[in-house]
Amino acid sequence: MSLLKYANPVKFLALSGRVQPFAWAAAAIGIAVGLGWGFFATPDDFRQGSTVKIIYIHVPSAWIAINAWIMMLVASVIWLVRRHHVSALAARAAAPVGLVMTVIGLLTGAIWGQPMWGTWWAWDPRLTSFLILFLFYLGYIALWEAVDDPDTAADLTSVLCLVGSVFALLSRYAVLFWSQGLHQGASLSLDKEENISDVFWLPLVVSIGGFTLLFIALVLYRTGTEIALRRARALSLRLDRSV
Amino acid sequence: MIALLIRDLRLALRAGGGFGLGLAFFLILTVLVPFSVGPQSALLSTIAPGILWLGALLACLLSLDRLLALDFEDGTLDVLATAPLPLEAALAVKALAHWVTTGLPLVLASPFLGVLLNLPQQGFGWLVISLLLGTPALSMIGTFGAALTVGIKRGGLLMSLLVLPLYVPTLIFGAEAARRGAIGMAVETPLLLLAGISLGAVALLPFAAASALRMTIR
Repeated sequence: MSLLKYANPVKFLALSGRVQPFAWAAAAIGIAVGLGWGFFATPDDFRQGSTVKIIYIHVPSAWIAINAWIMMLVASVIWLVRRHHVSALAARAAAPVGLVMTVIGLLTGAIWGQPMWGTWWAWDPRLTSFLILFLFYLGYIALWEAVDDPDTAADLTSVLCLVGSVFALLSRYAVLFWSQGLHQGASLSLDKEENISDVFWLPLVVSIGGFTLLFIALVLYRTGTEIALRRARALSLRLDRSV
Repeated sequence: MIALLIRDLRLALRAGGGFGLGLAFFLILTVLVPFSVGPQSALLSTIAPGILWLGALLACLLSLDRLLALDFEDGTLDVLATAPLPLEAALAVKALAHWVTTGLPLVLASPFLGVLLNLPQQGFGWLVISLLLGTPALSMIGTFGAALTVGIKRGGLLMSLLVLPLYVPTLIFGAEAARRGAIGMAVETPLLLLAGISLGAVALLPFAAASALRMTIR
């Protein structure tokens, strides 16, 4: 029994078909509860007023944006080592979701920053690293689109993902060195000292859980689509050959 | 390896255009900056280190698509891939040749362009040192980008999209070192970090570039 059993597309699709309805439902419930609770049932912050409520979208999308890249990194390594096609396709499927989440994180951050910091954008380390992450997603997706042969594309994007991860991490520390921060520190770290108040914390965790489930459901769905596309391609190639 | 280096250098020198092109681009970019921001000398001397670093970086980028594309088209890369010399070493040599023909001239030209941008007196030495330490990383990262995109038709623009984010840490530390040098601050920290990036890139990226290249020409 290992997770790699699901490298077989048939087994993967069967499992993903069974899991997906639950994932979608749980994601919908989690997001509805998290956002509803956050928007309507939490008090206003005493300094920020009701603008603080955008946190229930901002933090989860940022969380997904980073973890989607980590998931792509793991999937890329599995593809390079074990050559399981489902793994490469899952990495491909996750990239646009991560890109959209990065954009949502940046946009909600700008909307939040305008009234609070008095500016849409500041060259703060966190903001800057997110912008760089956005560029990495763009390059990754563009490379997938540019290469015709699917296996070569999977190989090249996997190498890019590996090298890109190292450089993304380097950039993260480089921008810390380069500019002073405006963004607040960690909101959810395990040492409770710097965390936000429990009133805000609980709905935020529910919302993050909902977004994570949504990400899982989306990736499963999109991987299924990629597998179907790959099969259609194989079939049309075979058709061309037989004619 | 030395034969390959000499061959690449000779090709770059005799093919015309490739050698001086990056340098000319660097010059033109530097000349255009005062037109776009105005000729105030105080402003220019503030932004000079950053502009010169950015110009050097873009000039490096400009010459990257020639790095492997010509060898890919005429089959030299296939020969190199099956040669007894490891492909990693061949790519490291190609990066070295790119640095000698592009990076080194940029380093040597940068003080003269610094005069145009009114770079403060104390900044010249640090600008040259930071470029000297940083351009090898630019060449090596660029070789990796070229290896990724060599099999793609019209891959030049895509390569810029892939390579420029990878240039971010080098640019930050390099420009920071040059900026601090220009205003008389301590420069050791960014210079050491910059040297670290260069050494790391030269040590590790040939392997990544070679594996990417093998995937393309397999």
